[in-house]
This record gives sequence, C-alpha cells and structure tokens, in this order.
Amino acid sequence: MKIDKKTIEYIANLSRIELFNEEKETFVHQLSDILAYIEKLNQLNTQDIKPMAYSINTTNVLRNDKLEPPLPREEALVNAPSTMGVFFKVPKVIE
Amino acid sequence: MRLSGHTALQIREKLLSREIQASNLVGKLFTRIKDIEPDVQAFITTCEKEALEIALEIDKKIASNQKVGLLAGVPVAVKDNICTKNVTTTCASKILRNFIPPYDAFVVKRLKEEDAIIIGKTNLDEFAMGSSTENSGYKITRNPWNHECVPGGSSGGSAAAVAADFSFLALGSDTGGSVRQPAALCGVVGIKPTYGRVSRYGLIAFGSSLDQIGTFSKDVKDAALLLQVIAGYDSYDSTSAQVPVPDYLEGIDSGVKGLRIGIPKEYFAGGLNAEVGVAVKDALKLYEKLGATVVDISLPHTEYAVAVYYIVANAEASSNLARYDGVKYGYRTSESRGIIDMYRRTRSEGFGNEVKRRIMLGNYALSSGYYDAYYLKASKVRNLIKSDFDAAFEKVDCIMCPTSPVPAFKIGERANNPLEMYLSDIYTIPANLAGIPGMSIPCGFSNTGLPIGMQVLAKHFEEKKLLQIAYAFERETDFHIKKPPLKSSSV
Repeated sequence: MKIDKKTIEYIANLSRIELFNEEKETFVHQLSDILAYIEKLNQLNTQDIKPMAYSINTTNVLRNDKLEPPLPREEALVNAPSTMGVFFKVPKVIE
Repeated sequence: MRLSGHTALQIREKLLSREIQASNLVGKLFTRIKDIEPDVQAFITTCEKEALEIALEIDKKIASNQKVGLLAGVPVAVKDNICTKNVTTTCASKILRNFIPPYDAFVVKRLKEEDAIIIGKTNLDEFAMGSSTENSGYKITRNPWNHECVPGGSSGGSAAAVAADFSFLALGSDTGGSVRQPAALCGVVGIKPTYGRVSRYGLIAFGSSLDQIGTFSKDVKDAALLLQVIAGYDSYDSTSAQVPVPDYLEGIDSGVKGLRIGIPKEYFAGGLNAEVGVAVKDALKLYEKLGATVVDISLPHTEYAVAVYYIVANAEASSNLARYDGVKYGYRTSESRGIIDMYRRTRSEGFGNEVKRRIMLGNYALSSGYYDAYYLKASKVRNLIKSDFDAAFEKVDCIMCPTSPVPAFKIGERANNPLEMYLSDIYTIPANLAGIPGMSIPCGFSNTGLPIGMQVLAKHFEEKKLLQIAYAFERETDFHIKKPPLKSSSV
C-alpha cells in the first residue's frame, strides 16, 4: 500500500494532529516503509482462521449495583487546564 | 554497608534484625543517586522527602515490634506511566507534564500496603512507545554499563535504576518487550507476567490487549518477592485474572531435573548477533548439565509477529490516546479557534513524533476500507502465533531463546529508522501476542562488556515454574553479581 501526502493529511485529520509540510514528507516515507513491511502478512492464507483479541479466557465482570465512594468532584477537576465552577471549560463548540 | 552488594531480601532481613535502619538506608541511597544519576539519567522525578518520611514510619514500626509488610523498608522505583497519588506521573510525555494523579495504581497501592518505599518515577519512551528510552519527552537514559549506549526500552529508566544500584527493585510495563529487553541490555532480571496476572488499574494504557506490568530486580529471588506483592485479582481491572497466586519463593530451588526445554529454530536465525547466540547456547549446555533435556522446536509464524504487533498495538494505542484532548487533564494549547482546532494544536504540541506516527498508523489500520486488510488480518495471524505456542507447549515445559538479538546499541544509532527500531523487539513480541509469561535473566557479556540476556517462556500462569528454572541457572553462575563500571560513590 502506497501512502501519499493526501493520505497522510487524511489520517492526520482523523487523528486530530496537525503536521508541518516537512513532517508530512517524513511521515510519507516512514509510514510507507512500515506498511510495506506489514504487507508480508498477505503471504499467509487466513481464510479459515478466527481473529483473536484476547490471549486468555475473559468473562464478563459483573458486580452488585452498590454505590461506592466516587472520586470527589474537586479532585476530578484539579488536573483540568480550565474549569468554571463545577464544569470543565472548553473553547466554543458550535461555529 | 555498601548498597550495591545487597539484594532486596537481604536488605529486608537487615532491617528486621535492626542491623540497619530504613531512614539511614534511604539517606545513603539518595547520596548515591546524587553522585551517579547525572551520568545515568534514570529518573524523571525523585521522591526523597516522601521516601524519608515513610522510612521513619517503618523504622518506628520495626522498633515497636509492629507487624510489617513483605517489602518493609525496601526502596522501589516505579516507571512513570504508573499512577502515584500526589506524585507527578508524566508518561515521559509533554502532554502529561503537570499531571498529578488523584489515586494510586493497584500495584502502587500494593507496594504501600507491604511497606515498600517508593523512591522515584523512572524514565521511559513516551507512552512506552519505543525500545531505547530515547523517545522520552524529557531526557535520554544511559546504559550504566556504557554511557554511550541505550538502556533498552521502553522501561529503560527502571532497568538502569536497578543496574546502577539506585534501587533494589523497580516496576515497569511490557507491551512488546519493554521489561524484558531493557532487563537484558542492563544485565538485570525482568519478568513480564501472564496477561491478567497483575492488575493494570492505574497503568496509563497503550495497547490494552497486550499491556502487562512487570518487575526488575538484581536477582531471581527478588523477582519472586516483588511479583508476590503485585500479582492477584483486582475488581478495578476487568481483564484481571481470578487465578490463585502461588507462593513464588517456596520451592524456588527445586532444580530442573527432567525439564524439557524447547529451542525454537526461528529465534536463532539471521539477524542474531554471534556473541548473543554463543552466550545463550552456553547457558543451554549448563541446563543440560543440570539435568534438563533440550528439544528442537519450531514456532513457524515468528517472522510475522512484528507486523501483527505494529497493527494491533497501534490500533489500540490510537484509541487509548484519543483521551488526550486538553479538556479533563494534561496540557492544553495556549491559543485556539474553536474546539477542534484546540484538540489539533494540543495534540500536535503535546505528543512527540513516535507517538504521532503510531497514532496515525493505528487510525489508518482501523479506518473505513482498511480495517479488514490490516486489523482483521493481524488479529487472525495473532491466533496463528498463539497456536504455535500451544503446540510447542504440548512437547516442552518451557522455551529458551535470546531476549534481544543484540546487546545494547549506541544512542542515536537507530533513532531515525522506526522500522529498524521495531525489529529489536522480534524475540519479545510473540509472548505479548500470546499472553504468556516471559522472563529475562543475565547469561553473559559481550567482548565490549555489555550484558546479554536469555529469555525463558512458559505457559499461561506458570510464573512459578519460570522462577524455578531461572534460579537453577543463577545459582550456578555469577553474571547477575557483576557490576557496571560507574563513577565511584561513597555508598
């Protein structure tokens, strides 16, 4: 799979990352190299193989719907870059 | 008393018999850190004041015959991607420069419950993405054995801290080899436990189907001690395994008579440094002398592991790192037009290049039209890699191979070629994909005096067996006792 500058711009937008022009050039080369290497997976026929996400048996974890002490609000807000009263404050959302 | 000549178990004994005091020990330790840390750069944050306070409390407890924990008075270093309440946790990223967690990770809570003394937070590749600790947003850690070389990564700070005798024990995390590879490159013992054996609650997430917290120590018994403390079920991690934790020190000297060791031919093929190959083969000869049998095996899908890993790990990372948006915690750009622009600027200014590269690769592999070709394909090949191990463990009790294809490489040597850097994890990645436990133990030195590590792999939840196997080798050899040529310190 060949990656070009347009694709890099498309993925950067999906990733919410802004790139300078020189960075785009570098990423075109590096991601192309990595994807070319990953192509080797196509040497394998995996038609009848099940995909695997977890390596050990996992089961749903359930617990009683019992209230536990939550993180106090002040502590939850203390690391936020900007707050107003009991809220996280963000720049304008609607254009 | 010299710090360097002691293990955690020996220190604990001396503290309990009142031969030494924890406060005195911590004082000495920080003198040593001040003397030598400028050459090594293992820590992002040190906690001298807090450590001394805890040490004084433990001294009081011991003096008044109160019950104390398994790690009473033992200094431990913690990788800076593991949350510590009220102590900055940066993940070596500028995006978390001022992040002060309001809670302790499960493993940190366990350390505190057992009266360990946390002395500092160690350097890593940003978000644990790397194999050299060069990708840190703050500093480059140097290998204590040769300051021109990398300590490995991503837990390079933890490995270097133990190798340089700044700490008796350290915690790291291992997503594709990030405990085992730096352990090998720094000449210390490192364990990546089975997926689910140790709770990840409070570990800053990278690749959630692969991440596992692991241990660094000067020898095998200390590894058993630390694993004993951190292993076990935690309801705050939904992948935490409800499997009983055995006594890891009990029977550690059972030996290896009758043990069947599998040697995967794919791990001794091209790309393996000759000195590393010889050191590992010599170790296998010693195991045979001790009564084990060596069996040739094949793990035929080994060559695909790195490709699978870089799809799976980065897909998961792209999702996990979406949370760094400049809203709830972490860095936010100073100026922006609207919220989307704020996200973009915050992430572009806050993340380093390797992290951006991986987020982009992960998003690409998951994006519409490419999911089947990349993520689904990789998940299927992952199953083949796991099946290779299942088949091998029908025939053998454990697998032995090099931990890293090369000893520590020079700083900067691989920095500009991400793919080459990725390939340094070729022997460690398969264990993460299969979820099995792995351990690296010192097994030799290169001609230039750099440590070489051997990896031992076993079935799910067989950490106890790994420790027995490793100890059988360690008590016959002295590789783990040798010390790096550091600047002299009074302590």
